[in-house]
Parts: sequence; structure tokens; C-alpha cells
Amino acid sequence: MSIIVNKNTRVLTQGITGATGQIHTRACKEYGTQMVGGVVPGKGGTDFEGIPIFDTVEQARKATGANATVIYVPPPFAADAILEAVAAGIELVICITEGVPVLDMVKVSRYMRGTNSRLIGPNCPGVITPGECKIGIMPGYIHKPGDVGVVSRSGTLTYEAVYQLTQLGIGQSSCVGIGGDPIVGSGHIDILKLFNADPATRAVIMIGEIGGSAEEEAALYIKQNFKKPVVAFIAGQTAPKGRRMGHAGAIISGGRGTAADKIAALMTAGIAVAMSPAELGITMKNLLESKAA
Amino acid sequence: MNIHEFQAKQVLGRFGVPVPKGQPASTPDEAAKAFESLGQPKAVIKAQIHAGGRGKAGGVKLISSAAEAREFATKILGKPLVTHQTGPEGRVVRRVYLEQASEVARELYLGMVVDRKSESVAVIASTEGGMEIEEVAAKTPDRIITMPIDPVIGLAGFQAREIAFALGLRDKQVGQFSTLIAALYRAFIETDASLVEINPLVITKDGSVICLDAKMAFDDNALFRHPDIRELRDPNEEDPAEVEASKFDLSYVHLDGNIGCMVNGAGLAMATMDIVKYYGAEPANFLDVGGGANSQKVAAAFRILLADERVKAVLVNIFGGIMLCDVLAQGVVDAAREVKLNIPLVVRMEGTNVDKGKQILKDSGIKVIAANDMADAARRVVEAIGQRA
Repeated sequence: MSIIVNKNTRVLTQGITGATGQIHTRACKEYGTQMVGGVVPGKGGTDFEGIPIFDTVEQARKATGANATVIYVPPPFAADAILEAVAAGIELVICITEGVPVLDMVKVSRYMRGTNSRLIGPNCPGVITPGECKIGIMPGYIHKPGDVGVVSRSGTLTYEAVYQLTQLGIGQSSCVGIGGDPIVGSGHIDILKLFNADPATRAVIMIGEIGGSAEEEAALYIKQNFKKPVVAFIAGQTAPKGRRMGHAGAIISGGRGTAADKIAALMTAGIAVAMSPAELGITMKNLLESKAA
Repeated sequence: MNIHEFQAKQVLGRFGVPVPKGQPASTPDEAAKAFESLGQPKAVIKAQIHAGGRGKAGGVKLISSAAEAREFATKILGKPLVTHQTGPEGRVVRRVYLEQASEVARELYLGMVVDRKSESVAVIASTEGGMEIEEVAAKTPDRIITMPIDPVIGLAGFQAREIAFALGLRDKQVGQFSTLIAALYRAFIETDASLVEINPLVITKDGSVICLDAKMAFDDNALFRHPDIRELRDPNEEDPAEVEASKFDLSYVHLDGNIGCMVNGAGLAMATMDIVKYYGAEPANFLDVGGGANSQKVAAAFRILLADERVKAVLVNIFGGIMLCDVLAQGVVDAAREVKLNIPLVVRMEGTNVDKGKQILKDSGIKVIAANDMADAARRVVEAIGQRA
């Protein structure tokens, strides 16, 4: 088993004819993902390398039975693309687009309340269940099927963690990039709950970064409810206050959201914190071996 | 993006938020004229820089003549003003702002931010105006009112009244405040602000409610739909290297160390800074070249890194997903040739097309210290500056 996506997931691409949409739809299809349709307003009736294109998400869902969508449309139109997917009743909406205005996400978040859709992102690499389904921009070949879950606010740092695990022979159940923006569809806790309930996940790596208080809240959740061992890393230990570090969410404001606060909260919750990003894999290996012994 | 106080007041004024009448000036002559045209017996003259704490640092003065305006402007213009927010080097004052003086009876705090927790815009208000809100939050958290605003409903009348009463306002001030905060919220939404801070919001002796200071910041991601706001950017207030980087769509933040870092992805870039420190050196910068970087962009990033004279070695850490390692390698080679690189260069590459990338570096004849992984890269770059010290 796995979380969020598996070999039965049927995926649409919103923005399939853009440069990014093309490259990654092709790569996901090659990985084995069921890419069943694309949506580009005005290009309905055409196709991309055999994948049918529709004018609206509603039409695409009806024609293909898709239950997931991935969004690559440019930032000014990304929020609208999410709303369209949710309105069409798509269960899983993954928004890769970086640079979505935060007030657009305020509206999206309000709109999604009470719906049955799950949003991952924006500004995220996507979700992969190794060997079954890859949705997003992560390089597929670094992954290996297995039983460690990964949840992260960062893209390339997730690849780093996954690569270290794979090099050590440890496979992954599912890897979820939740995105680096201040307002994202799913947070650490949302994903941890899924890993908690997934019998195929034995342990979890959680990668956070400075800014906000999501990791502190996740630490509390783990302490009270999470049954599996967790390894964590917080990026931005050397970041100065008040400076935004690339991600719109990565800023230490008013002395809050520092790496030190987050690490302290994680350690209090009994989580194994890797102090160096190069030690994520080995920290997990040691933890798994100590549990097995 | 941040703007100056006088610009924030102009923006807010357009939305009907009450601000004192004022005029900016960039020379002593203009300052004297601005005083005359205000036509008031007294005025306040304020240095315009993107930093708080100006009052305590001597950047604000109450004056009562054009001669005083000229004198203050002469003294302060063109020189750095050091406040607790500027760092020891201070910020050069290029403009002053003159506005009519208000007789203050009470000072309050009123702010709006995008709140991650409620996933909405939230009002923050406090009876403790004139103090830093972080300090109030730490010492007397019960004096802070926080109220999330539903994006569908907008700021409801009852919410405005609740805040007004909590701030101890009475009678017609409640109505005045409600109008002010509604206008402030409209300004926030319609300009895609990320922060508005009115500190202090004052009740004057004649009972009116007015914004004595104003700070606004905007969501960079939304500037595309606000060309008028984008024009308010003051490059003088930004690090020149950061301005240069933004031209190439590179995300760069200048830091104080001597290891130049070039990385793809914000999280990995921060983690690379962290691991440099972990092995005992200090990063000179945060630099994320992004996912879709081409070799020109990589070359630009390299030039920006090396323009910092304190940089004693460069660490390149790339995990190619979208980014192709051969493209990166070509960019590094081009840039190293162009700038005649003479400091140690450590490259760690992993991911898509890594073998092609390594070959390009090898064939280039440029001296590159190849690293196997992140830890190895950090160790080698720290060793490299150790050997030269």
C-alpha cells in the first residue's frame, strides 16, 4: 500500500501544452503513471502524444474517469485552475506552479472547505509512490519502492533525502512535497495522518524549513498521536532574521519560526533530528536498526 | 517588496484611510518649500528609509519654520542613518517627508498580515501603540487582539466594532475607526499587500483617528497585476547584488561569510548553507538558481557570487531534477573562463545527465574539486579555504 497515489490513480494535466507540462507529462507517463487526459481551454479535441485534450476539467473527468489532476499553468491562472478542478469534483489536485499570489490561495483555501478534494501545493514537486505512480517534477530514478514515507516543504531537498535512502538500500512508500508557500493545501500533519494509517509505511522522514509554526505543530501531533519512528531535518539554521530565503514561506519573522525553536520542539517530541542534511539517510538507517534490534 | 512611509501613506490615502497631509522632499530647498506649502505652524520632518526605529535614531524632528526644515534636511540627506533595524552600516537617507503635526492623545497599534494558521488576512491590534508589536507580544500578550477576516464576507461591521471597543474607543471614534479599518482592509486586498502596519494609530486631542506612521509590504508574486505598486520599488534600499540577481530571476540573499554557494531549490540552498556552517565555515550567500535554469542564468549567478570580494571559495551543489547537470556544468565553465576564476571551486552534482555534466567539467581544463556528496562537498570547500588562510 501507499498514500495518496497508486497504480490505479488516473491523472489529468492542466496546462499540458506548456513547456513544463509537456516535459513532465511525458516523464510521468514513461514512469508508468496513467496520464489519461489534458486540459487546455480552446484546445479541446486535439491531443498531446496520444493523450486527449479537453477544454474544461469537467469534460475531461467525465470522458476519462480521472480522479487526480496536476497543474502546471502559469501563476496568474493557477488559483483558477485549482478552483476548476475542485468544482469538477477531482479528488486529488496537485499544483506544481511556483509564484501563486498568496491572496489567491486565501480564496482557494476558503473555497475548498467542505469539499472532498485534497490539494497538494502549490509550489511543490508533487507526489510519488515509487514503482507505481509519479505525479510531478521529481526525478523518478532516484526512488525505490519500500516502507519509509517522506514529507517535505522543499523540492530538491526531498530528492536529496530520497537519494540518501535509496543509496543505503532503504525504499520509500510514498514521498509528498507539500510546498514552500505560506498557504498550502495540505500540511505536514495532514500527510502524517495518512502515513500513520498506512500499514505499508514503517517510518517517516519529515523535512521542514524556517518560517511559520507548522513543524512545531507537527511535533506536538507526533508526540500525541503518531505511532511510527520519525527522522526530521529543518533547513535554514543559518538564515538571518527578516530575510526571505527563496520560498515565500521561509522567513523568520518577529523572532518566530527559527530553526532552533523547531528543532527543540521536534526533540521534545522524541523525534530523531538530523543536524546535517547529509545525515538524513543514515539517521533513518540507524533508527530502523535500533527498532529492529 | 517594501515601500517608504510616504509612499504607503499615498497608497492608503487613495483608499480613504485618514493620513496627515504631507509632502516628500529630496533637497534642503524642497524641504523648506514643503514646509511653506503645508501652511501649518508646526510640522514633522522624517527621514525616509526602509527601516523602523527612525525616531530614536534622530531621524524624526518636530519643526516650526522653513529654516528648521532646511537645516534638518541639510544635516540628514545623503548620510547614513543607523537604527536598530538597519545594522551598523545604516541606510543612506535620500528623502525626507514633511507632514502636518498631530496633537496626540493616545497611541494604538493596528496591523494586517496574511495569517498562515487561519489561512486568511488577520487584523492585529493593540492598545500599546508606538512599541514594537513583537515586544508587546512577548511581554503583554493579553493586550493584543487578533481577528481573522473571512475572504468571502470581508471585514464585517461587528468585527470592526469589537476591535474598536477592545481598543477602548468610545462614541464617534468607534464609527471613525470602523470606516478607517474597512478602508485599510480594502487597500490591503486591492494592492495584494502582505503586511500593513500602522504604528502608531493615534487619537488626536480633538478626537479624530489618524495614521501617524505607515508601513506596507507587498506580495512579490502578485506584482504582475499592480504595475503602479511595482513602480514604487526603491533599488537604493536593496543590496546591489540582490537587484542584479533579480534581473536574472535568481533568488539571492547576501550574507556575511566567505563561502559562495550556488544551489538549485530553496530548501536545498538553505540546507547547503547549514552544512557549510556545520563543517565550520560561514556561507557568503543564499542563492537558488531555480529549476529551469539555462547556462546563461548559471553564468550570471556565478558572476554575482564572485563579485563579492569576501568570497574565498565557491561551492556548487546541484540536484538535477528539471535542471540538467550538463547545462549547469556548461554554465559554470563559461562563467569561470569569463571571470578568470582564481579561487577554489567545489562542485557536487547529482541527478539528471550527471555523467555528461562531469565530462564537461573534466574536459574544460578548469580546476574543479569534485565532491561525491553534500558532506564531502562541504568538507572540501572548508578545507580549501583553510589551506589558503
